[in-house]
Amino acid sequence: MTENNLPNSKLGSLQYDPAPESAAIAKLKSSYGLFINGKFTDPSKHEQFETINPATEKRLATISQGSTSDIDKAVKAARKAYDNVWSKTTGAERAKYLYRIARIIQERSRELAVVETLDNGKPIRESRDVDVPLAAAHFFYYAGWADKLEHAGFGNAPKPIGVAGQIIPWNFPLMMAAWKLAPALAAGNTCVLKPAETTPLSALLLGEILQQAGLPDGVVNIVTGDGVTGSALVDHPGVDKIAFTGSTGVGRLIQQRVATSHKRLTLELGGKGANIVYEDAPIDEMIEGIIDGIFFNQGHVCCAGSRLLVQESIADDVLRRLVRRVEQLRVGDPMDKNTDIGAINSADQLKRIKELVAYGEQEGATRYTSSCELPKKGFWFAPTVFADVSQSHRIAREEIFGPVLSVLTFRTPEEAITKANNTNYGLACGVWSEKGSRTLWTAERLRAGVVWANTYNKFDPTSPFGGTRESGFGREGGKHGLEAYLNV
Amino acid sequence: MSDRLEIRKTYKLLINGAFPRSESGRSYEVISAKDEFLANAAQGSRKDLRDAVVAARAAQAKWWSLSAYNRGQVIYRLAEMAESRSDELVEFVKLSEGVNSEKAKASVAKAIDRIVWYAGWTDKISQVLGGANPVAGPFYNFSVPKPTGVIGVIAPQNSSLEGFVECVIAPIAAGNSVIALASEKRPIPAVLLGEMTETSDFPAGVLNIITGFTSELALGLASHEDIDGLDLEGADEAFADELAFLAAGSIKRVLRPSKKNQKNSIHRLRAFVETSTVWHTIGQ
Amino acid sequence: MAKRLVIGSVINVSTAPLRLVTPEDHSVVIQTSSQVPRIESETQLRSILATLSGVDSVGAEARVAKLATRSIKKSTKMAALDLAISMVDLTTLEGADTPGKVTSLCTKAMRPSPMDLSVPSVAAVCVYPDLVAHARSVLKGSSVAVAAVATSFPSGRASLNVKLMDVREAVANGADEIDMVIDRGAFLSGRIGQVYEEIVAVKQVCGNAHLKVILETGELVTYDNVRKASWIAMLAGADFIKTSTGKVPVAATQPVALVMLEAVRDFAETTGQIVGVKVAGGIRTAKDAIRYLVIVNETVGSTWMTPDLFRFGASSLLNDLLMQRLKQQRGAYIRPDEFSGD
Repeated sequence: MTENNLPNSKLGSLQYDPAPESAAIAKLKSSYGLFINGKFTDPSKHEQFETINPATEKRLATISQGSTSDIDKAVKAARKAYDNVWSKTTGAERAKYLYRIARIIQERSRELAVVETLDNGKPIRESRDVDVPLAAAHFFYYAGWADKLEHAGFGNAPKPIGVAGQIIPWNFPLMMAAWKLAPALAAGNTCVLKPAETTPLSALLLGEILQQAGLPDGVVNIVTGDGVTGSALVDHPGVDKIAFTGSTGVGRLIQQRVATSHKRLTLELGGKGANIVYEDAPIDEMIEGIIDGIFFNQGHVCCAGSRLLVQESIADDVLRRLVRRVEQLRVGDPMDKNTDIGAINSADQLKRIKELVAYGEQEGATRYTSSCELPKKGFWFAPTVFADVSQSHRIAREEIFGPVLSVLTFRTPEEAITKANNTNYGLACGVWSEKGSRTLWTAERLRAGVVWANTYNKFDPTSPFGGTRESGFGREGGKHGLEAYLNV
Repeated sequence: MSDRLEIRKTYKLLINGAFPRSESGRSYEVISAKDEFLANAAQGSRKDLRDAVVAARAAQAKWWSLSAYNRGQVIYRLAEMAESRSDELVEFVKLSEGVNSEKAKASVAKAIDRIVWYAGWTDKISQVLGGANPVAGPFYNFSVPKPTGVIGVIAPQNSSLEGFVECVIAPIAAGNSVIALASEKRPIPAVLLGEMTETSDFPAGVLNIITGFTSELALGLASHEDIDGLDLEGADEAFADELAFLAAGSIKRVLRPSKKNQKNSIHRLRAFVETSTVWHTIGQ
Repeated sequence: MAKRLVIGSVINVSTAPLRLVTPEDHSVVIQTSSQVPRIESETQLRSILATLSGVDSVGAEARVAKLATRSIKKSTKMAALDLAISMVDLTTLEGADTPGKVTSLCTKAMRPSPMDLSVPSVAAVCVYPDLVAHARSVLKGSSVAVAAVATSFPSGRASLNVKLMDVREAVANGADEIDMVIDRGAFLSGRIGQVYEEIVAVKQVCGNAHLKVILETGELVTYDNVRKASWIAMLAGADFIKTSTGKVPVAATQPVALVMLEAVRDFAETTGQIVGVKVAGGIRTAKDAIRYLVIVNETVGSTWMTPDLFRFGASSLLNDLLMQRLKQQRGAYIRPDEFSGD
């Protein structure tokens, strides 16, 4: 069947017609109050802000700006609920509430997925297949712990801490809410949750779900707002524990603020994950893994594999395959079921990505950017790979938090480890090899809270997640995740 | 009794397996509980801390690369050494803390037993704090506690040996290396224990001991960015706040002084380990 | 030299080595200057196979699961259904096959839907060698090819001479395509040279007939084996590599198809030789067929999106493709009796 002068085979030549999910499923209200003491209430200062769809820049809803006095109300409600209700609720009963919440999340999964995608900009495929199912799974998993805490390895009768203040980021709004609330409630704490300013909607929907589940008033309070709101929560003397997920910069400030108080603290911060590719890696799955590692959720992932370390002997082949695969990524309407990469979450984040990419060019790295067409409205960044990156380049050191990969090379396993660990972060790394002994050797030496071998960006409620060094401390997930909410 | 003039010992720092005088060349008087001159201890400086951190960083990798069994044997060896020199330890605990011989003896015995207790932990921490996680997918997933790295310890000011052992040996048993500020006023039992590590197969730099003024040295420990964790046991509440604030600069793990009686607890082992989770695909 | 930059400042980049990904980067690049290496010994064959990367089964399965979420609607769906119909090797491989059965199959192959002449005919009918001549006569003048399973299908447990005789007869009776089976026993016991030589020998007696090499992936079990067997077949001159006979419990699966498509892609890129892929056995629904087409589309691309290079070996699949096609046109679900049961 050989012919001469064959044309190259174009990937994805069969164009897919748009397959948009219906935005109407979201049933959004025009405006939302603060969820305090089991009810949606108006903010005390009547300040509001708008949350927009980052893919269109259109307004989605008006959100309440929680003030210091709203935080105070929420903390008092949480304290009252802790003293009067939740600390007197048996573990078995707490478990049943959590099971209920898990089930309602499953029942309303499509609605939650649509809301998440509208508010965050992530592809509907991801919110549908990853965020929402994992949120439900987290509640389901920790539900089972609520009446088994004495078996978790923290003593015979581990006690909760009290009122937990929880501040979550915009990259996985619902999932992060679940990661924070589920273990806290299972351990017997009450909560004040502060969703991210740009992505409050799924948390507010979760508030409705808590109402449907009949969770006692005040056990969970959700106060929307910006950094000022979060700051008020961190400083409130009635809070016993702060759990924060976000940037290392803000985490550092919080640790400093909490230093002079009795508050317990866990931090899940930034990262600059190394994805190490040995020459005997399973090449096709590895290319997919690199893609998942950096382009999942537009690269808005603290554990993203944003530094690719490739063994020099296969670097050219890997780069060629990678670039080809990048061009295949379908960038566009997050609501389209066939979209691989959605919108950047905010104008601010887009600005930061652009700036760091400009540095990459300035520093002399070779930039490959997908030729995909980007929508005119909204915040977009085409998937980008930088080759010829050195360890001293800024794009190899700073967290970009966007769809931008830096490719570096190494010659020996020792060198791979040295480069991977040459960062103040220490959240996650990947290793690709068909040789088990070398994979384990590598995993043992990587300074990271999570190591994915022949896979990347996998999450599970039973699996502890969290960082070392400046990526923070404390774990979410698994038995380890309970420690953050028990007085041990 | 004898008219022989006794040979006095110079009490020095322990940095990277060597016993230097302070880089500053300074020393300070150590006074017994009965207000008698005991010795001139080295007055450690920030530069001594700096050297100790470099040593501890290198030593930590070496220490962790030993098998857990081997680390247990090394720590157990320290207990053997301490036992054989326990008279000396008892003497200085007595002088330092102003307790009677019986109490000093009991305290030293407890400290040595505690070293043995921790020696046994080296090869059990992983099993107790780690394990396999049943993730919903074709992955083998396991978590192990790895040492945090280099730990700064502000040892208790009162309990010159027992307290020191508790704060120092726990992180070492977990695989960390330590830079310890000995009790400012009662440093000698700690210095003696440091000497014993040199005959216990401890790799140089795993335990570094700095004597001197806590108020000054602790600030250096807390702000040093290449220290990963900080045990504030020997700091009072206000000072602990200040140190915890400084420690936040590099996101250190901070263990605050505990009011609870946690005698048989493993919280000191837990405090300075990082749970590391590995996922690996399962397939044919 | 580089001026100090501060985050937040506006940066002008002019000299940067920016390079947009080009259409060339987006393709499977077929090296027409390259050649298929001549295999002189089993050792040499072994050393070529040793250069192949392993397959991580979890990753391969995750990849097809993700591709299975592609939502194919409207005009894309119509195009995909028609393409799938044109790629069908309409198959009957039963002991009870008769000339009558083959006649009705051939009739359906030429004109799958007598009510709608815009429906394309299928690619081929696939029968046992003794029915080739009959099929050939019924299909005379049509574009539908005759494919014959040969080489002691499905087990392949016969001497090479018997297998070659089987092929010669099928070709002599007018088969356009020969679907042979590899010696799985030889493969699994490490006699890969024998597997290779047998394919070479069959290819020689095929003459102008196209050779499809059935790997029987359900018996090879691992994806690593599938990748290796694919390469052996391609090096030996296969025009197509085919998953299964349909006669063992595990037939075509999407991850196996993915691994085989990756093999033909890499083979084309290194040797310039383009080999087709046929998935066979157990594919019964239009939904499944479309999922395979999505895998083809996103793994090897446009060159392979043709019956010349991708086939479905199936029987009941055709009616479901026809039903879904009519459903797209009518906007309502269709009775199965709308189409003949052949």
